[in-house]
Amino acid sequence: MSKGTAIGVETLHMTKRFGDFTALDDVSIKITPGSFHALLGENGAGKSTLVKCMMGFYQPTSGQMLINDREAEIRNPRDAHASGLGMVYQHFTLVPSLTAAENLVIARENAPAVIDWRKEREGLQAFLKTMPFSVALDQPVNRLAAGEKQKLELLKQLYLGRHFLILDEPTSVLTPSEADELLGMVRDLTQAGALTCLMITHKFREVTAFADVVSVLRRGAHVGGGKVSELSHDDMAAMMIGDKTLTRSADRSGEKGEAVLTLDGISASDRSGLKTIEVESLRVSAGEVVGIAGVSGNGQMELMEVLTGQRPVSRGRVNVKSEAFHGTRRQARDLKVRFLPEEPLQNASAGRMSVAENLAFRTFDLKKNGGLNGKSTRTWLDRAGMSRLAVELVDAFKVKTASIESPIASLSGGNVQRAVLARELSDEVDLLIIANPCFGLDFSAVAEIRARIMAARNAGAAVLLISEDLDEILELSDRVLVMSEGRIAYETPIATLDVGELGRHMAGHA
Amino acid sequence: MGEGDLGLWAVLVAMIGGAIRVSTPFIFVSLGECLTERSGRINLGLEGTLVFGAMSGYAVAYETNSAWIGVLAAALAGTVFGLFHGWVCKLPRVNDIAIGIALMLLGMGLAFFFGKPYIQPVAPDLPAIPLGFWSSSPQVEAALRVNVLFVVGIALAFLIAWLFRSTRIGLVIRVVGDSSDAARAMGISVDRVRLLATAAGGALAGIGGAYLSLYYPGSWNEGISSGQGLMAVALVIFARWNPVNCIWAALLFGAAGALGPALQSIGISKGYYLSYAAPYVLTLILLIATSSTTRAVRGAPGELSITK
Ligand SMILES: Nc1ncnc2c1ncn2[C@@H]1O[C@H](COP(=O)(O)OP(=O)(O)OP(=O)(O)O)[C@@H](O)[C@H]1O
Ligand SMILES: [Mg+2]
Repeated sequence: MSKGTAIGVETLHMTKRFGDFTALDDVSIKITPGSFHALLGENGAGKSTLVKCMMGFYQPTSGQMLINDREAEIRNPRDAHASGLGMVYQHFTLVPSLTAAENLVIARENAPAVIDWRKEREGLQAFLKTMPFSVALDQPVNRLAAGEKQKLELLKQLYLGRHFLILDEPTSVLTPSEADELLGMVRDLTQAGALTCLMITHKFREVTAFADVVSVLRRGAHVGGGKVSELSHDDMAAMMIGDKTLTRSADRSGEKGEAVLTLDGISASDRSGLKTIEVESLRVSAGEVVGIAGVSGNGQMELMEVLTGQRPVSRGRVNVKSEAFHGTRRQARDLKVRFLPEEPLQNASAGRMSVAENLAFRTFDLKKNGGLNGKSTRTWLDRAGMSRLAVELVDAFKVKTASIESPIASLSGGNVQRAVLARELSDEVDLLIIANPCFGLDFSAVAEIRARIMAARNAGAAVLLISEDLDEILELSDRVLVMSEGRIAYETPIATLDVGELGRHMAGHA
Repeated sequence: MGEGDLGLWAVLVAMIGGAIRVSTPFIFVSLGECLTERSGRINLGLEGTLVFGAMSGYAVAYETNSAWIGVLAAALAGTVFGLFHGWVCKLPRVNDIAIGIALMLLGMGLAFFFGKPYIQPVAPDLPAIPLGFWSSSPQVEAALRVNVLFVVGIALAFLIAWLFRSTRIGLVIRVVGDSSDAARAMGISVDRVRLLATAAGGALAGIGGAYLSLYYPGSWNEGISSGQGLMAVALVIFARWNPVNCIWAALLFGAAGALGPALQSIGISKGYYLSYAAPYVLTLILLIATSSTTRAVRGAPGELSITK
């Protein structure tokens, strides 16, 4: 990696409008060379929009940018790269079918016309030796787990020798120790004067532990900031949310009821078709939250697909209230089963359809007086009714969107999550199956969504929570299971849980 | 050796020879389609390009009295079709599949219109290499007369495979085909790469067409193509978007296509015409057999509109 001098970047009165919606409102932020600058803000505050303007992905409606105190015109990402700016995006930008090595080499501006793989591989190996972690070079990226991909994204930027690095929620897919390692490395580079880093994050812990300076956005406007050492978590939180109050999780209440979800001797093949997922027995009862912890890529996604009926099982049964469950729409409706898969933009919504249409997926074909459980379906859509429902849900779940007619893909990551949750939690629920519900959400949204999950549990729903966030599992679960290598490796009630023991099972050596 | 054995042997030899002859246009069209699809676009217009290539190749070969200039002309015509497809697809809200179908009809229509005066005249043939010189059997000799374009096609498949693996251009095409977001993040002009890939694919399809009219069957008429351009789409899926696999797939389709003539050549006259359906039946069987409801199609470019 080429050593060089860190770059300073400053935005002046930057404004970005999408139609008549103002996503960025006169933002001026100065990021000094060699600093580790954190950017905080609620979901939809405009953080990603700001950095995309800096990177030339969007053209700001007005305002300018200075690079090393000189005015710079960034018309496209290539211009940004040429100026030494690089970014790790919230969504992965690696090419899925290319191997890690291919991804690294082709990303280079001066990639040779004919690639001598022997030489390149040696160069890559030498580069990886200087890094605190490495990745398998010859695996296609689509076989890597989310955490691995994020490491590779980061390695790529460092490999390209960028001197101003924008990280958009870089650690949301990493385990805490991986995150510390990664950010520690970035901080060492900034302190050595080789790199300037602007990091978007929702985690205050990371801000205090690694960043020097913080800026806060609220509804597109720059509302404050300062030296991290002079600010407490409460100060930052107050700047982020203004004068709102936080939702507090309700206490546990209610009795554990009968088993709602039972899995017996399930066996299914995983995505690669090479390994199998085997769950001997899993029970979730009414009024309890069962948490499944585990490092990503250990079969959680496949288990979720088995439960939603998307993945056929070669053996075993999934029962809901002692009825064999196949995940059909009718069955899900009759048995009041609701799902929130991870990455809801891909897995639980139709990106180009509007927010209103996406919110109506559960109900658009039902007659009104038939209710959600009525058997009567309609032929003609009730557009007005769909809009009314959308307005109601957008309001109740505080989904930030330009309008209910915007395509759901234009919402910020956190708001897609809220919209899908709004749809899934809007009615009576007996069984709720959730995967990583708070991925990428800001702290007030996290508190709110966890409170809603707890409320569903207290109202007597059986909840299966699959999450990579151990804190989330510990906060919500009544019983914790660990999934490792496609199997349930460990089970314990929350009362007698030992975190060390749990960690060992998650790491696969217990 | 009994009568039956001789018959079987003859069918086999005829089929190998036939496979080589029939597969050549498949190799070119499928390599063209493979190149285009790896860039994330599908060109269903290759059937039209093929037919137009057959016509223009034949016409130019007749006028200049050189088969090779004819092949060049066909490649050029194919490039123009490819450029047109690529250019139209660049416009907003345009669907590559619909444009492909329109281009297919346009290509065939133009070919029939301009090709009318060339149905009668005889153009020079492309040269063949007599690989069967060692044999005394005229059947074997005939079967192993291999056209130069067959050899070129095979070399081309390996060349394209190498291109995808070890050159910047190849990797850029794969990046564009798999994730246009990633490509844009790298500053690659997605539309330009697709335009060029489609143009190159068109050129190859044009050459495939020239082979039809200049070697086998070796004359220009309106029924010259039996859907090679369309079957190439299935063939590329079966080959899992791998250019070298395209050779095997093309040979298989070629063999299936040669079944009918081979049966006819040993005097089976009843029902043999059913075997003319063999390539189409094979297409269906292969696509069904290699499909899966649980796994994504392996090797499919992520940006392809049919697999997305
Ligand atoms: N291309 C677009 N078209 C219309 N509206 C957009 C577009 N991109 C973003 N927005 C809107 O701008 C606002 C800010 O979005 P942005 O992605 O910057 O939020 P964010 O601060 O990054 O949030 P998160 O923490 O959820 O990622 C959101 O309300 C979003 O709906
Ligand atoms: Mg964002």
